Amino acid sequence: MSETSQTQATQEPSVLTVQDAYGVLLERFPGQVRMDERQGYEGVLIEADSLLDVASFMRDQLGIRYLSSVTGVDNLPNGQLESVYHAFAGLGPALVFKVQVDRDRPEVPSLVSVWPSADFQERESYDLLGIRYIGHPNLQRILTWEGFHGHPLRKDWHEPYYEEELKPFASRHPDGHVYRAEDRNPFGMNLQYPSDFDPHNWTDIAQAAVYQPLQRTALESRLETETMVINLGPQHPSTHGVLRVVMAVDGETVVDLMPVFGYLHRNHEKIGERCTFPQIMPYTDRLDYICSMSTNLAYALAVEKLTGIRPPERAEYIRVIMAELTRIVNHLLAIGFLWNDVGAFFTPVVYAFNERELILDLFEMAAGSRMMCNYVRVGGVFEDLPDGWMEKARRLVYDRLPRFVDEYERLVVQNEIWRARAIGVGVLPAERAIAVGATGPLLRGSGVPYDIRRVEPYSIYDRFDFDVAVRFNGDVYDRFMIRFDEMRQSLRILRQAMEQIPDGPVQTGKKNYTIKVPPGEAYHRIEAPKGELGFYLVSDGRPNPWRYHVRSTSLINLTSLAEMCRGHKIADVVVILGSIDITLGEVDR
Amino acid sequence: MYGMGVLKGLSVTLKHFVNTYLDDFKYGFLWIGNKRYTTEVLPKRQSAEARGIFTVQYPEEVLKPQERFRFVPFLVYEGSDENREYRCTACGICSKACPPQCIWIVRANDPETGRPLRKPAEFYVDIDICMNCGSCAEFCPFDAIKMDHDFELADYDRTLSHIHDIQRLGKPVEYYARIRPSYHASEQAEILAKADKSARAKG
Repeated sequence: MSETSQTQATQEPSVLTVQDAYGVLLERFPGQVRMDERQGYEGVLIEADSLLDVASFMRDQLGIRYLSSVTGVDNLPNGQLESVYHAFAGLGPALVFKVQVDRDRPEVPSLVSVWPSADFQERESYDLLGIRYIGHPNLQRILTWEGFHGHPLRKDWHEPYYEEELKPFASRHPDGHVYRAEDRNPFGMNLQYPSDFDPHNWTDIAQAAVYQPLQRTALESRLETETMVINLGPQHPSTHGVLRVVMAVDGETVVDLMPVFGYLHRNHEKIGERCTFPQIMPYTDRLDYICSMSTNLAYALAVEKLTGIRPPERAEYIRVIMAELTRIVNHLLAIGFLWNDVGAFFTPVVYAFNERELILDLFEMAAGSRMMCNYVRVGGVFEDLPDGWMEKARRLVYDRLPRFVDEYERLVVQNEIWRARAIGVGVLPAERAIAVGATGPLLRGSGVPYDIRRVEPYSIYDRFDFDVAVRFNGDVYDRFMIRFDEMRQSLRILRQAMEQIPDGPVQTGKKNYTIKVPPGEAYHRIEAPKGELGFYLVSDGRPNPWRYHVRSTSLINLTSLAEMCRGHKIADVVVILGSIDITLGEVDR
Repeated sequence: MYGMGVLKGLSVTLKHFVNTYLDDFKYGFLWIGNKRYTTEVLPKRQSAEARGIFTVQYPEEVLKPQERFRFVPFLVYEGSDENREYRCTACGICSKACPPQCIWIVRANDPETGRPLRKPAEFYVDIDICMNCGSCAEFCPFDAIKMDHDFELADYDRTLSHIHDIQRLGKPVEYYARIRPSYHASEQAEILAKADKSARAKG
C-alpha cells in the first residue's frame, strides 16, 4: 500500500507555478480572492466566507496537499486580525493565503476538514491571538491554561512583568538603579483571571475540558467494556520532558488519546516581538535545545530573506557543517532515547553521549557554548573557526563517527526483542503523513522522499551530492532506521563541505545589535533534524519584528500521534512517541 | 536462531568493556594514582584509534574550558585591586544589546559640574536573568566587558547574591589575559598599531 502511495506523492507533477496558481484562484473566485498588494507582502487575501471552498479547490484541483503553517497576525492599527497560511504543492516556494477579519468578531472557518495538519496550529492561533476557527472539532486553549486571561500575542496584551513595549528598556541606562521584577510585582499579585472564571474550581474546569473529548470517544466506541481514562506524564521519563498524554484505554488497548501541552510554555513569540531582530538569536537556542545550531540557522535565514543580506561564502560552509553536525547529534540521541523507551536502559544513550560530547567540544571551541550555541548571525556567523578546529573535526568526521555509526547499528538492530517491539507498530501511511503535516524522518519513514534541502534548497545545499533517505513501511522500525541513513548522508555532506570550504570573511557588514529591516513579511523553512522548521516574520520597518512566529516541528509532528497509537497497547505509545522524536522546548515554546 | 541478535548486541557492549581496560593499559594506568585526566592523555583517548570509554571525574578533576567558553560577564579593570581603573565608559551599549536586559548601569557624574563622566558609578548584572549569550562582550567597543570562564556560581541565597555589583564583577586584566590569551594578544596588537599610527601622523 505504501508503495503505491509513495509513487502518487512523488510523481504528481506540480505543473503550476505559484504565480499561475494565484492567477487561477483570482479567475475562479472573482470578488472572493484578491492579491495582497501591501509592500513586501506576497500571496492572496481570501474572504472568510469562501475560505473553505477555495481551500478545497486548492487541495483537489491544484494539488496542494500539504499545509505547512497556520498562524495569525494582530494588525492592531487597522483593527484587524489576520490568519496566515503557507501551503506547498511539492517543489518550489510556498503558496501564501490570508484571511482578514474584524478584531471584534474574529471568526474564520476552520481548515481541519481540508488539511488535518491545521488542527494544533489553529488551536494555537486561537489560544494566543483569539481568532475563533468555526468548525474546529476541539477549539480549546493549547499552550496556556483554561483560566488564562486574554490572548497574549495581541498587541494590547501585557505580561505580568511588563516594562515597556520594546527593548532596549530605558530604565537600564544611564540611571540603571537595579531592582528585581519580582519585588515590584510579587508572587500572587502577578496574575489575573477572566471575569467569569472562578480560581477555586479551576481543576474541575480544566479536567473536564481535557477529558470530555476522550469520554465521547469512549462512549462511541463499539466495545461494550468499561473504558478508563489515564494520564501518561507530564512527569514521566518516557515523555522526554513535560508532555502529558491523556489516554482512554480499554484494558491495555488505547482507544483514543490526546496530548496536552503547555507545561513549558513561556511565550517565546511574545518575547521575540519585544526584542530587536539580532537579539532574538540566543532565544532561538532554547527552542530545540538539542539542535540549537539548526534553529539559529533557520532564524538567520528568515531574517536574511526579509532583508536581502547575503552571508559570505565561508560562512555558508561553516553553517552547513554546523547544521549537519547537529543532525548527527540529534539522531544519535533520538535513537538512544528510543531504545531507552523500549528498555535497553541507558547503554545506547551513554554510547551516543560519548560521541556527542566530542561534537559538543567542537561547538564549544567555535561558539563558546556546548548546547546554547548562539553561533549563527544574520549575515554570517559569530566568529571564524578557531585554530585546530578543522583538524579535530576532520578526525571525527572521517574516522571516528563512521565507525561509531556502524557499531551503534550493530548494537541493537538485530535484537529480536527490539524488532518485535518496532516492526509493524505505529504505522503512518504516506497520504495520512502528508495530510497531518508530518515532516522530517517521520514523513520520509512513511515513503515520501520529501527533504527541504532538495525540494527548496536553501543556503548552499544545492552544491552537495547526497541522497534523500527514504523507507517505505511507515512503522517505528523504519522511522528508526532512517536516522542511521540520514547520519551517513550527513557525514557525506560534511566530507564534501570540509573539502570545499574556502578562506575569507565570515560576516557581512558591521556588528550591531539592531539592523535595518524593510517592512514586509517572510517565511523561511529549513530541514531541521526533526523536520520542517519555519520562521514567519512580519516587519513594520522598526528594529523589532511586528510578528515573530515559529512553525514548530515537534508540535506539528505530534498531530499524528493519536492515529498512530489507536489500537496499540500503552507500552507501544511510549515507543511511538519516541520514534516521532520531540523536544518539549520546541513543542511548548 | 532466535536470540542471536541479542547476543550480537551484547558482544558490542562486552567489547566496549574490555577495550576500556585495554586502553587503560595502552595509555598508562592513570587511575592508580587516583588521577585519570591529563591534558596529554585526553586527546588520545578521544581519538579515532581509542576503542574504550573515558570519563573525567568531575568535580575532583575539572576540564579546562575552551578559550571561547562564555559564562556570566565580568568587567575588565587595569591597575591594582585597591585602585581599579575600569575600562568601562558607561556608554550603555551592553545594556541595550542584552537580550534579557539584565545589565543595569548608573553613569557617574562630575560632583562639581554635574556633567556626565565616562565611567560607571554603579554596574549590576542580574545573573539569574543572564542567559550567557555573550552579546555584551560581542558589541562592547572598548573591550571592557568580557565573558568569564568561572561557571561554579551556585549559592545558598537566590536573591541579592545573584545580583553582581561592580565590586564583584571587576576582574584584573591579567586574569583576562590568562583565560583568553589569543583575544587579549590581538587586542593589544590592535592598540599598539593604532598608537603607532597616531604617533607617525604626529611625527
